[in-house]
Amino acid sequence: MSRTIDAVVSPTQTNTIPADISGHMLDLDEDDDLEVFSKDSTLADGNMFNASMPTSPGSMVNQCKFEEDEESDSKDIFITVDNPESHVTAIETFITYRVLTKTTRSEFDNSEYEVRRRYQDFLWLKGKLEDAHSTLIVHPLPEKFVVKGMVERFSGDFIETRRKALHKFLTRVADHPILSCSEDFKVFLSAQAWELTTYKKQGPGFLSRMGETVRAVANSVRGVKNRPEEFTAIQEYVEDFSNKIGSLDKVTQRIVKEQKEYLEELKEYGPTYTLWSGSEEELAEQLKGVAGCIERCCKETEEQVGHLSDTLVPVLHEYVLCAETLKAVLRRRDNIQAEFEAKNEALATKKVDRDALKEEIDKLEDRVEWANNALKGDWGRWQRSMRGDLKSAFLSTAEKNVDYYEKCLAVWETFLLSQRTEPSEETDRDNTP
Amino acid sequence: MMADSGPKDVAVIGNTELTSAELDNNIKNTMVEIEKGTSLLRKMEISVAEAEKRTGKNTVNMQEMYTVYLIETRPVDALTEGITPDSLWRRYSEFELLRNYLLVTYPFVVVAPLPEKRAEIVWHKLSADNMDPDFVERRRVGLENFLHRVASHPVLCNDNIFYIFLTEDKDWKEMVYETGFQAKADSRLKAVNAAFRVKNPDGRFTELKHYSDELQTVLSQLLRVRARVADRLYGVYKVHGNYGRVFSEWSAIEKEMGDGLQSAGHHMDAYAASVDDILEEEEHYADQLKEYLFYTDALRAVCRKHELTQFELEMVALDLACKKQQKEELVTGTVRTFSLKGMTSKLFGQETAEQREAKLQVLEQQLKEGEEAVKEKNTESDEFVKTAWVDIERFKDQKDRDLKEALISYAVMQISMCKKGIQVWTNAKECFNKM
Repeated sequence: MSRTIDAVVSPTQTNTIPADISGHMLDLDEDDDLEVFSKDSTLADGNMFNASMPTSPGSMVNQCKFEEDEESDSKDIFITVDNPESHVTAIETFITYRVLTKTTRSEFDNSEYEVRRRYQDFLWLKGKLEDAHSTLIVHPLPEKFVVKGMVERFSGDFIETRRKALHKFLTRVADHPILSCSEDFKVFLSAQAWELTTYKKQGPGFLSRMGETVRAVANSVRGVKNRPEEFTAIQEYVEDFSNKIGSLDKVTQRIVKEQKEYLEELKEYGPTYTLWSGSEEELAEQLKGVAGCIERCCKETEEQVGHLSDTLVPVLHEYVLCAETLKAVLRRRDNIQAEFEAKNEALATKKVDRDALKEEIDKLEDRVEWANNALKGDWGRWQRSMRGDLKSAFLSTAEKNVDYYEKCLAVWETFLLSQRTEPSEETDRDNTP
Repeated sequence: MMADSGPKDVAVIGNTELTSAELDNNIKNTMVEIEKGTSLLRKMEISVAEAEKRTGKNTVNMQEMYTVYLIETRPVDALTEGITPDSLWRRYSEFELLRNYLLVTYPFVVVAPLPEKRAEIVWHKLSADNMDPDFVERRRVGLENFLHRVASHPVLCNDNIFYIFLTEDKDWKEMVYETGFQAKADSRLKAVNAAFRVKNPDGRFTELKHYSDELQTVLSQLLRVRARVADRLYGVYKVHGNYGRVFSEWSAIEKEMGDGLQSAGHHMDAYAASVDDILEEEEHYADQLKEYLFYTDALRAVCRKHELTQFELEMVALDLACKKQQKEELVTGTVRTFSLKGMTSKLFGQETAEQREAKLQVLEQQLKEGEEAVKEKNTESDEFVKTAWVDIERFKDQKDRDLKEALISYAVMQISMCKKGIQVWTNAKECFNKM
């Protein structure tokens, strides 16, 4: 697809250009890094805690029970994302997707909704969720721009990949005990286009968000002093995980590339046997047989590469983005704690209105506790999802590879059988094992 | 690459001192034996057992490194007489000399080719080096195969020079040169000239020439593409080795998934390593095809010899026809063709009866010689066509058998590769299941 789809750029976003990911032969130790973008830098570092929020953090926790376990089997909300359509206006061209929701939840007025959403809308939703729940782990969105190599010939097109990723995003939000209760989520699923536009305009404006960002930056510069051990452990894990998943992503993309080049050569190989058969008499049938086998193996190889591109590559890439999300969540948690610590210190040193300050500090302390609990709870959830997703993707890949080899085996065994049933004047020959 | 096994006749291995005439006689005798198909391999086991690097001074007195091959011969069984176990070292260049000798001495035989002098169509950069152990090993096998081909050939196996090549260390080179085979070799220019100007070559040879050109083109292409495919396959397998490394590192930070990842990683390493054996086996298949690629040269050589023989016959026949016409003109007094003689006699008067008589005598003699020459050339040509075609049929059968077997073994290799793949990925799947 051409890049005109992504021509709309939000003024607040920074665009990073991806580095060339075609690494050296077999050597992936050098960091030809896959730059992760779609990072919305203002939202990531922003702190949206607003003292005048209608509900206190405590009551929000009560509203939706924090499940230690996975989503219960009785899902009460089902979402599909399909039907991409192109829209052309005077200024831009963009794609919208149909988002279909079926739910029995009481906070929804209807049981079914059908709306059309564009990528920007998804970005908005993600931003709102992160603002409201800065230490919960929100599943990443697919990238805004086309990454070289992500657009695979065999995996259908870019739109299909994106559609699947958007669907995954919404499903994860819907499965999340806290996030799925978000008002913004509800509006996203149910509001008509113009209603959504109006709704988006509410809430803290651009300037106030900037103010928050400045504070956040100031806090992060100061740094957190007494980070609890468990969060340091999580951070170390995330660091390692990020490296590993990044490597896996690169390795897998390399495999896809090599496999495709193998396929190209293989496509030229079969015809040389056919050409040869034209010059032979006794051998002609056999040579054509070999050519046929190679051709069929080509088809199987094509399918196998397609599967890899459709199944394993997107999942690994998703978790590369997840790792960045996790880092951001940990940073935000640190900032919340840093803010509290700063105020606490001020209490000891500055000559200010101690009572007012004390009240503020108490609120910040609550906030820290709530943020930590949210993160701790979500951390377990995230790990379980990660294990499930990656296990399933690798399993599927292994199964497909077995299937691929089994099919090729059948091709050659059939050929061999056809040769051996011919009356041969040769004596019994030993075949090399 | 099985040797021909023939009836019970045992070839007589002559003594070491044969004159050129006796050698020719030998050839004529053995030509009669072709159909009976005797084989040296029935009595003697021949192997090229080892290869060794040597240094020595070459013809321009410079130090060079070269490889020598150990040829071992022994009787097939305890009952075989006349063969004693022996071994000697030979260089590649000596094999080349032997082959050139055979080519010249038996021009009607499709002589087996030697393995590559230099590694050319290679799948992996490493093998391009002549000193590379894998290349040397494959060459050793190729040289052994060459000796087996010669030793099982109904005509060539009886050649004395060949026998001495296998059994006698000293002075073999001198003996080869003494046969004077180099003088018998047809010049390239003569052959090319004949190929252009021959009028009535046997159609079968023309067809054979086309076939060998086609086969050469087709096999070259096939081997080139196969090498590229092998290269790519190598890449695919080896990259999976990185999975092994990363899974292992990742398993260190995971609790539940650690074991599954770790063992999956081992299987990925095994998968990456398995490609080396797979491609090694395929190299053997490629060598079988290469032998037939190089055989096309020998086929063309036989065709060229036919064209030359035929051309010489045509030339001699033309000469005879010319002389006959001259005689006729002289006898009848008519001049059908323009000649300076004719013109001068018209101008300056006829020659005397005696002069005419003398000329006639000379012509008669020449006619007689001419007819002899034609008869001889005819016989030579017929013999050549006959013996060459017998050998070509033998070659065709051998080729069809060998290549049929090679293609079957290729299929077997592919099956083996698929089975290995199934096993590795099934194991990996089990490991992922435990994650």
